[in-house]
Formats: sequence, structure tokens, C-alpha cells
Amino acid sequence: MSIVTVQLGQCGNQIGFEVFDALLSDSHSSQGLCSMRENEAYQASCKERFFSEEENGVPIARAVLVDMEPKVINQMLSKAAQSGQWKYGQHACFCQKQGSGNNWAYGYSVHGPRHEESIMNIIRKEVEKCDSFSGFFIIMSMAGGTGSGLGAFVTQNLEDQYSNSLKMNQIIWPYGTGEVIVQNYNSILTLSHLYRSSDALLLHENDAIHKICAKLMNIKQISFSDINQVLAHQLGSVFQPTYSAESSFHYRRNPLGDLMEHLVPHPEFKMLSVRNIPHMSENSLAYTTFTWAGLLKHLRQMLISNAKMEEEGFKDPALYTSWLKPVNAFNVWKTQRAFSKYEKSAVLVSNSQFLVKPLDMIVGKAWNMFASKAYIHQYTKFGIEEEDFLDSFTSLEQVVASYCNL
Amino acid sequence: MTQSVVVQVGQCGNQIGCCFWDLALREHAAVNQAVLIDMEEGVVNEILQGPLRDVFDTKQLITDISGSGNNWAVGHKVFGSLYQDQILEKFRKSAEHCDCLQCFFIIHSMGGGTGSGLGTFLLKVLEDEFPEVYRFVTSIYPSGEDDVITSPYNSILAMKELNEHADCVLPIDNQSLFDIISKIDLMVNSGKLGTTVKPKSLVTSSSGALKKQHKKPFDAMNNIVANLLLNLTSSARFEGSLNMDLNEISMNLVPFPQLHYLVSSLTPLYTLTDVNIPPRRLDQMFSDAFSKDHQLLRADPKHSLYLACALMVRGNVQISDLRRNIERLKPSLQFVSWNQEGWKTSLCSVPPVGHSHSLLALANNTCVKPTFMELKERFMRLYKKKAHLHHYLQVEGMEESCFTEAVSSLSALIQEYDQLDATKNMPVQDLPRLSIAM
Repeated sequence: MSIVTVQLGQCGNQIGFEVFDALLSDSHSSQGLCSMRENEAYQASCKERFFSEEENGVPIARAVLVDMEPKVINQMLSKAAQSGQWKYGQHACFCQKQGSGNNWAYGYSVHGPRHEESIMNIIRKEVEKCDSFSGFFIIMSMAGGTGSGLGAFVTQNLEDQYSNSLKMNQIIWPYGTGEVIVQNYNSILTLSHLYRSSDALLLHENDAIHKICAKLMNIKQISFSDINQVLAHQLGSVFQPTYSAESSFHYRRNPLGDLMEHLVPHPEFKMLSVRNIPHMSENSLAYTTFTWAGLLKHLRQMLISNAKMEEEGFKDPALYTSWLKPVNAFNVWKTQRAFSKYEKSAVLVSNSQFLVKPLDMIVGKAWNMFASKAYIHQYTKFGIEEEDFLDSFTSLEQVVASYCNL
Repeated sequence: MTQSVVVQVGQCGNQIGCCFWDLALREHAAVNQAVLIDMEEGVVNEILQGPLRDVFDTKQLITDISGSGNNWAVGHKVFGSLYQDQILEKFRKSAEHCDCLQCFFIIHSMGGGTGSGLGTFLLKVLEDEFPEVYRFVTSIYPSGEDDVITSPYNSILAMKELNEHADCVLPIDNQSLFDIISKIDLMVNSGKLGTTVKPKSLVTSSSGALKKQHKKPFDAMNNIVANLLLNLTSSARFEGSLNMDLNEISMNLVPFPQLHYLVSSLTPLYTLTDVNIPPRRLDQMFSDAFSKDHQLLRADPKHSLYLACALMVRGNVQISDLRRNIERLKPSLQFVSWNQEGWKTSLCSVPPVGHSHSLLALANNTCVKPTFMELKERFMRLYKKKAHLHHYLQVEGMEESCFTEAVSSLSALIQEYDQLDATKNMPVQDLPRLSIAM
């Protein structure tokens, strides 16, 4: 089954490119370390999910690129074409001339309604190309104006028009020390809206990935390109074909659906995070709560000792909340084939209290700024009133409280 | 891509504008839109006869012969009403040529008559006619030793208009520009740098440009301002990993509508020919941006309160360099309690001509207050004695109330800065949050 990716804003488009690039390079890599038949099945599955075929054999990414100014999209289109391995569809882009000015209200209330029809049309065309459609993967940042505001608007529309399909939003959490001054406002508005219309929020923090680049990968002068590539690697390892639960002979057909089913048991809890080995070390575990520390250490030990996957460690009921049985809460997806040059790798996608602290911090900072009414006039100018802010604050306090009560 | 229209008003405005176009042409081949306005012919005529004559279309000019006599009232009221229709028409034509008009850049001085009076009259016109297009104003404030006696009057009257009708103002004073020139001259002539300064890299130079020599004393100073404008628009014109459009500047740096005055600083002022720049040199660039030597306004941001700060970097600089420097500089700067991490950043891959990288810092900081207070004092000294007032009052439409209103407007602005300053050394407290019933 196929997944349609929607890339929004500078961040969404820059990352989207890296993801498709990573998926295809891995799929074509000669270091699969498995049988040829295995390799072919893997490639076919990957292709079907993310690419459609063109006459001259160059795969076209199943993606829609949206941005309110043209520079980034143009760059990504040419980069893809230059690779010679794959490209974006010619008519899969929607572009305007002037950005959203880092203003969530502008992205949501002005660009959204203005361009609703055109954007939804392009998305529909892409969906129609799929033989069997599984759902949407929406990539956006929450700090800026287009990814965040227009992203929230588009997700809402997808909920209305494709209520039977699944939507997973990949959201980039900005650096704690500013990329954008009003990033906390934009973030809380985005998260509160998406919580209502999306099925799962896969969150990646720039700070965390920056640490991976610095400490584990030893990159000296870290660029956004480096960060995006690490991200793409993590996403790739989640989305590349794995065996289905029934047998080791068939690749899982509906990755999105299966992910949601296992990871989002309750609509109150939608925030997911990704941990990937090898990349992780115990340094980063400092942020986790006590119960996860043991878990991930275990994962790491398994890798080092080349042991078979020992799932027993994950079945400890103490790790999970009382209303979930471990057998329902924990799932293992396997594949023989190696991913992206790592002989053995493991990735953990979790729905946990891990993200509560960062969320709490963002809400706190946004609240402090809101109390002084700073920058509010920039939002009310485009129709987002103080009540809308208060609604967002309320929703997110609710989310924080729910997670804390687990 | 978005376009801006540059509006150069008065002698000062036109001279700076000229330098700007010179530099802009070095970076691009494209011709942008400009409207040149002056109430006496000298400057604009020179431009039209000079090497830049092909850049400007005569249809974009508005000139008169008599000049405004350093009188804001003449510039604003007399020429304003006389030329309103013509001006509007020029603007409309310029806008039509633009694919997507994002911003008007107005360049003028505050102390004279045309730039100050007519320049600020334009703001209202633009606001009414093009409400969605941003109005960025680069204003040259008079120094203490200004030779125009009535400059305080002109400046205060202009300030009221800036308060009410500009989206963003970059105040600059001649003294700072002069200090920068002197410093550069000293460095270059003292032989400390020897022959190692890269040609074309002096921020004051016009080498490689169409104008070959520094014919006027202000040329070098004007070049600095021109560089500022060029760097401001770089991220909108060129690609980068973190773009910044002009509308983002307003969004991030203006927390309250009145407080839209931004102190700018530019580095480097020159580049050495050393090609391999170690990170230390890069870090020095960031330190320089926060030193008073590189500011275009006499002010002390480090000892005042930051409301917001933007760093626009050009060249081969990555996000980790940016973050490292912000972490390093943050402890020495004071940010307002509700915006402790108030940084807006952008990375543009294309450096300016002659440099490998550059940094433009824009700060919304209470340090502009002393400039305004000084201006107000100079105003009051004249006004109390009613000196030269009759020249203004005899202009139709001018009354004493214009003066008193202008002063109140300025006082209110100063008071807002005062209130913010009062919060300066208070500990940051977390306010109680909403509590949710579970």
C-alpha cells in the first residue's frame, strides 16, 4: 500500500527531499546482506510505498510539495533531478511568491483558505495514482509560518476529505534557543490544532538530533543538511519494509495502519518519538525516564553481543500503563535486510512520557510571552484572537496532564 | 520572488540610494524598481548624468527646483499636497512592474526639509494605497553638531509620522558612520594591515563600481548604509538553509506596534586576504557585531534591555556556528523577561562581493531611548524660545498643535521604553499556568 507524503514549508521540503533520497539509496544499496530474492522483494515493496513508476524507469516520489515562496522547492526539484536516481513529479508542487512571514495566523487564515482548492487538487491527483492507498505522511516544522500554520490547515482539510485514511504528521521541534522568536506561539497553535485532526504526531527535536551529530557522529561544523540526513535515516528505518506479523515471507502491507494501531491506543495520547540504534548512546538516555533507561540499554546490549532479539525484556508490565497489557503494547517488526549500511540496526518508536518535559517547557514559555501580550497584534491582524490562544493553551495543558497521570 | 521598491527622498536619501544601486548592481544584473524624489534638482540631475543613468528611468523621478529650505512643513504640507497625485502615480507604476511587491524601502534624513517632510508624507500615502506592503524606513538622524539649526524641529515632526505609519525604522546617525570610516582609515593607513586587505571588501569602498572615485565626503559613509540595505534583503534574494523574508523581520522584531526601532550593526568592515578562516575568526565576527564600533547608531545595547534580536548571516556559515556564538554571547546580554531566548536567525549561502561571510545584526533594544531623549531636549531648547517657529507656522496647515502633538507622541514612546527598562534587573518569574480539572 502506498503512502502520499506532503512536504510543507522550507523545513518540510528540505527534509522530505532527504527522506526520499535515503529511502531510494538504501533500497538500491548493494550492502543488503541478504539473498537476492529477499533484496528484490524489499525493493519492490519500498518502491510501491513511496514511488510511482514513469515510462523511462525513473521513479517519481509520491509527494506533494507546498511552499509559499519558490526558492526551496526549486532547489529540491533540481537536486532530485540531478541525482538521476529519482525525481519529483512535475505537477506535484504548489508555490506562491511571498512566504508566511513566520506567522501562524497568516499561514492558517490567509494562505490556507486562499489556496485550499489548488492544494487539495494536487493532493487528490497524487492519491488517485495509488493502486491501494494507505495514508498521508505530512512533514512540517512548528516554528515557522507555512509548515506550521498552513500545515495545520491542510491536515484539517485532509481529515475532512479523507476521514477514512490515516494521517501521520512528522513535526520538527525547533531548537530551544531561537530560530524564530515567536516559535513558541506557532508551536502551541500547531500542536493544539493537530491534536484534533491528526492521527499521530511523530516529533523530532532539532536539539536532540544536533546532539547525535555532535556526540555520536562527530561532525564538526553541523549544518541543517547534516541534521536532515540523520532525521531521514531515522524515518527511513521506520518506514522501510519489514515482515508482517503473520509470516516472514511477506512484507508488511500497511505500515501506517499497523503503526497507528499499535502506538496510538487512545486518542488522548498521540505523541510519538523515534529512537534509533546505532546512533544512540547512553549520553542521550539522560533525558529518558527511569523505566526507559533499562530498556534501551537492553537494546544496545543485544546489538553488541549480536544476540537474537530478546523480546522478554520489553514485556515487563511495569513499563506500561495499567490499562494496557504488555502483549498489546509491545511489538517487534523484523527484517533480514540491513538498512543503510548498518549491519544491524534497531529503531524504537514509542508513545511515552518522554515528550512531556519539552512540551511543558514550550507551553510555559509561550504562556509567559502571552501574559505580556507581546507579538499578539501580529496574530490578531490575521484573525487569530486571544481566545484562540487560550483554547490552544487549554488543550495542551490537558495533554500534559493526561501524560503525567499515566 | 518578491520585490521591493526603493524610494529615495531628498539630498541625503538620493545620495545613499545611489550608492545602494551601485552595490546592488554588483550583486545582480537585474534592475529593480526605484522612485527618486527631490525638491531641488542638483542631486537627481547628477545621478542622471552620471554613470548610473541607465539604471534609472526618467519616468521614475519627481523633482522640483526650489527645495524645501530645511523646513519640514514645506516638505510635508506644501510639496506633499502639490505632488501627491504624481507621487501616487509613480508608485502605482512601480508596483505594476513587480511580480509580487513585498516592501517599500524609504531612505531619507530626519534633519532636513524634503527627506524629512516629504519623505514622511509618503508614508501615509503608501499606507493608504498599499496597506499590505511593508514600509521599511532607513532614517539618518542628525548628530549633535548638525549644521541645520532647525533639525530638531524637523526630526521631531518626522518622528510622529514614523511612529504612526512605518512598520520598521532603522535609525542611523552620521557620527557613527563617521567613526566607522575613521577607524577603517586608521587601520588601512597605519600599515597594520599592510597589503593584506582584500580589494572591494572595504564596506566603504566603491571600487569595482560604476562610480570610480569618492567625489563627495559622504560617499564612504553612504556606502555603509547601502551595504546594510543589501544585506537586509540578501536572504530574500538568494538561497540558504534558513531563509528570512522581510515580513519575517517585522513579525519577529516588533513585539508591540509602537516599538519598531531597530539598531543595526554590520560586520566585517573589511576582509583580509587570508583564505582559510579558522572558526575563531568566524566567532570574532559575531563578537564584533555586538561591539559599539560596528553599530550604525550611537547607543549602548549591552547595558540596556533587548526585546528581540535578529542575526542575518551570509556565506559558508552553518547552524552549529550560529548556535555556538549565541550561547557564547547570551550571558553578556540582557533580554526582557518574556523573551529570554528572543533570537531570530537566518542563513544565506551567498556572501557579499569581496567577503567570505558577513553578519548583520538588528536589535530591538531600549538603548534607542537616549537618542530620542536627546532629540527631545534639543527640540525643547529651541521651542521654548519659539526660535524659527514662524517659518513653520506661516505654512498653510501648520499650527502649534502640530508641534505639541509631535512632542507628546515622542514622550509616549520614551515612556514605553522606560517601563520596559524598569523590568530590567528583576528576576524572571514563571507565571501561574492554567490548571486543568482531570
